Amino acid sequence: MKNYTIQVNGKSHEVNVPEDMPLLWVLRDIIGLKGTKYGCGQSLCGACTVHLNDEAVRSCTLPISSVGEKEVTTIEGLSENGDHPLQEAWTAYIVPQCGYCQTGQIMNAAALLKKNPDPKEEEIEQGMAGNLCRCGTYNRIKSAILSVSKSS
Amino acid sequence: MNNRQHIPFINKAINKDRSTLFKPSRREFLKLGSLATGGLLIGINLKCSGPSKDTETFAPNVYLSIGKDNTVTIVAHRSEMGTGIRTTLPMVLADELGADWKNVKIEQAVGDEEKYGDQNTDGSYSIRMFYDPMRKAGATARHMLLKAASKQWDVKVEECETKDGAVIHSSSGNQATFGELVEEASKLDLPSEGEIKFKPFAEYKLIGKDIPIYDLKAIVMGKATFGADVSLPDMLVAVIGRSPVVGASIKGFDKSKAMEIPGVKEVLQIDGSEGVAPGLDKPLPGVAVLATNTWAAIKGRDALEIDWDLGENQQFDSDGQLTEMLESTRGEGKTRRERGNFAPVNLMQGNSLDKTYLAPFYAHGTIEPPAAIANYADGKLELWAPTQHPQWAREAAATALDLPIENVKVNVTLLGGGFGRKSKPDFVVEAALLSKAMGKPVRVQWTREDDLHHDFYHSHSAQRIQASLDGSGKIYSWNHHTVFPAIGATSNPDELHPSDGEMGLGALDFPYDIPHIRLESHESKAHTRIGWLRSVSNIHHAFAICCMLDEMAEKRGIDPIAQVLELLGDDQTLSFEEEVSGDFGNYGEPYDKFPWETGRMKNVVRKVAEASGWQNAKREGKYIGFAAHKSFLTYVACTVTVEKDSKGNLIIPEVHYAVDCGIAVNTDRVRSQFEGGAQFALSLATSAITFKDGKVQENNFSEYKIIRMPQAPKKTHVHIIESQEKPTGVGEPPVPPFIPALCNALYQMTGKRIYELPIKV
Ligand code: FES
Ligand code: FES
Repeated sequence: MKNYTIQVNGKSHEVNVPEDMPLLWVLRDIIGLKGTKYGCGQSLCGACTVHLNDEAVRSCTLPISSVGEKEVTTIEGLSENGDHPLQEAWTAYIVPQCGYCQTGQIMNAAALLKKNPDPKEEEIEQGMAGNLCRCGTYNRIKSAILSVSKSS
Repeated sequence: MNNRQHIPFINKAINKDRSTLFKPSRREFLKLGSLATGGLLIGINLKCSGPSKDTETFAPNVYLSIGKDNTVTIVAHRSEMGTGIRTTLPMVLADELGADWKNVKIEQAVGDEEKYGDQNTDGSYSIRMFYDPMRKAGATARHMLLKAASKQWDVKVEECETKDGAVIHSSSGNQATFGELVEEASKLDLPSEGEIKFKPFAEYKLIGKDIPIYDLKAIVMGKATFGADVSLPDMLVAVIGRSPVVGASIKGFDKSKAMEIPGVKEVLQIDGSEGVAPGLDKPLPGVAVLATNTWAAIKGRDALEIDWDLGENQQFDSDGQLTEMLESTRGEGKTRRERGNFAPVNLMQGNSLDKTYLAPFYAHGTIEPPAAIANYADGKLELWAPTQHPQWAREAAATALDLPIENVKVNVTLLGGGFGRKSKPDFVVEAALLSKAMGKPVRVQWTREDDLHHDFYHSHSAQRIQASLDGSGKIYSWNHHTVFPAIGATSNPDELHPSDGEMGLGALDFPYDIPHIRLESHESKAHTRIGWLRSVSNIHHAFAICCMLDEMAEKRGIDPIAQVLELLGDDQTLSFEEEVSGDFGNYGEPYDKFPWETGRMKNVVRKVAEASGWQNAKREGKYIGFAAHKSFLTYVACTVTVEKDSKGNLIIPEVHYAVDCGIAVNTDRVRSQFEGGAQFALSLATSAITFKDGKVQENNFSEYKIIRMPQAPKKTHVHIIESQEKPTGVGEPPVPPFIPALCNALYQMTGKRIYELPIKV
């Protein structure tokens, strides 16, 4: 057990946890932010995607000890009122079915657009390939991302 | 547990609309808590959960309340797992009422059979069963509001109408909001049946439109509550080491290493079901590690040393059983349906085909693995779970803890996918047992590995179809053999044949006009837990039948779509009764109300041909495949186009579906079910669960593959037939025709027929 101070959504949190505890469980169980989901625990599904600075990372396999000073952003911190352009696009396209994978999808897409504000369809497909949706919302996710890309 | 089966479409009581409405008594009113904030309250007393319930006077299953603040609160009593039902049923009520959709609040019902009637969200029947009762509730409330207004204004009721949450009398210009009228309205008697009138279809503003789901904003903000999101003070998290082989039992275990992990508080044995025939409602035997957080519980579970007596299923090898099952189709089976004077087809040597089809086990793989929260205190148990079947969860937990049912409350969260998995209460019972043992709230958390290793799997199957042609080249005989371990075998090892219900899913209801038909089933045993998965036996039956038809069309030198139209014959209502040896289930519906109509199927077949440009696509040399399959009383035809990209990867540029589901209540959710259904079916076509030494070999999504965005069909077009027939569900019907349509397209591309799933691409 060790003390860590991490920055989440602009706030500082002090936690006392073992160093191998993945960020996912720190967020969910210790800090109480439930928008980040568990799906596989092995970086295979993307349900747990958050940002570390501007990078999308799978929080289920990221030990707390390697978070350091970097700023963690979760879905709760993406926008205050749910009005990030992607959240609005997700609403306009009625993307979610069960909704479980969607916070991870949105966080992954947000990081993708930061890096590449004008992705081609194929780049979206490749960039989103790490996020599974069992309900099958891939077409709408793609349309929603395309609708907020720079050239749209 | 009583003996009632919980297989919805198999043992579902005939759905007659026997709903009546009532105004809750004062006492009932008080029981409603937050709903009873004054104003008008209408309960619907539904009698569609089984003939045994017929005599009950008060079994309300949906409540509507209208507050003085104009808020219309509608209780959703069905579970939301992605189909949109939590939005769609309230939408029907709101539309009939004339409510302002923006002022509608939806509350999720707890599991309570007496109050809500049937809540088992399964079998694609929510919309079928509750469309009319919802309209009735809306129409009743509307009638009372109109009456209240007409009294106030001293005008005729017929001259008033509701619109956007208000009552309007246009000639006088009088207008009053619902909120202003509820006090008057709630003093009125309920209208008689005869007084309740539905709006003409053309006046609906929500029904038949694209209506966004109620939880949309909460979901995209990460604020929606799924199973594992419920948190209680002082709660422990349990992760369980379960029997790796169904039927195994615990000889002993060493908890010392687990207890050393910081955060681990306790290690407890769950006896669970013993031996084989584990049942559908009991947990597997296991050892639970209880900790202050999920990570500690996972590590604790991994550190457990459990000594198992693996029992009789430790030899089980799925490939081996599949070979035996296939072999059995060579012999004579049990006849389930017979038409004509069936003679073995070897008379027609050279003019017949004899093909076999194999399909594997599937896991549900909901992205949210099972999780449940239990809080036991002072002889009372409260549960929170992503359950499709809150009443079964309630009964099973009450039985396991030996509590009276009224001491158990089940709160239903959103489900992160269900597909049939989350109708089983095993994970909820685990939480209940552990909370009682600890005297504290407990969340049971399944890991992905747990989910894939301990599911209630869709059965693997072997089928054989022999079909022959007559002298004029028409199909003369059709002999279908099917063998798969039955769902019922999970609780009864003597059940060696699929039930009539399972046979009714795409096999008994083979609709084609062929003079000689025989359907046979063969024996097989369940060596694992078998359950139902989105569209159930329709998956493998449609695969075999629609692939075989495609091959027959080729043999006959005719177009497969032309052949299906030919085989459907004239527009007519089919009858199966005389040819079927057992029950023709018809998905629990009376046959006269929901018959098999060839005209409706021909219509969707023609529609998909036209919309997909079938003829042109063929002429242009595109690789396109077709299949049509009715399931859950919804008619579906599908085409799939395939190609290979420069790297040799399979690409699916286009899928077309034509669907006749009667009234398409929420058109956006109908389309989304089909878009998603194609993707779900593509995953089924390319993945498998396998067993060796009784154990599941696939551990995570690395081995049990779900398609990813690059593999998904690029476009899925959904053509909805405009109809005012009774609405039927769309949760499952998209799945069955997709796989054979894909296989038939791949044959065009590769020249190789697919007889075995998963497809190797
Ligand atoms: S839970 Fe992290 S990738 Fe699946
Ligand atoms: S919306 Fe259900 S898993 Fe993606």
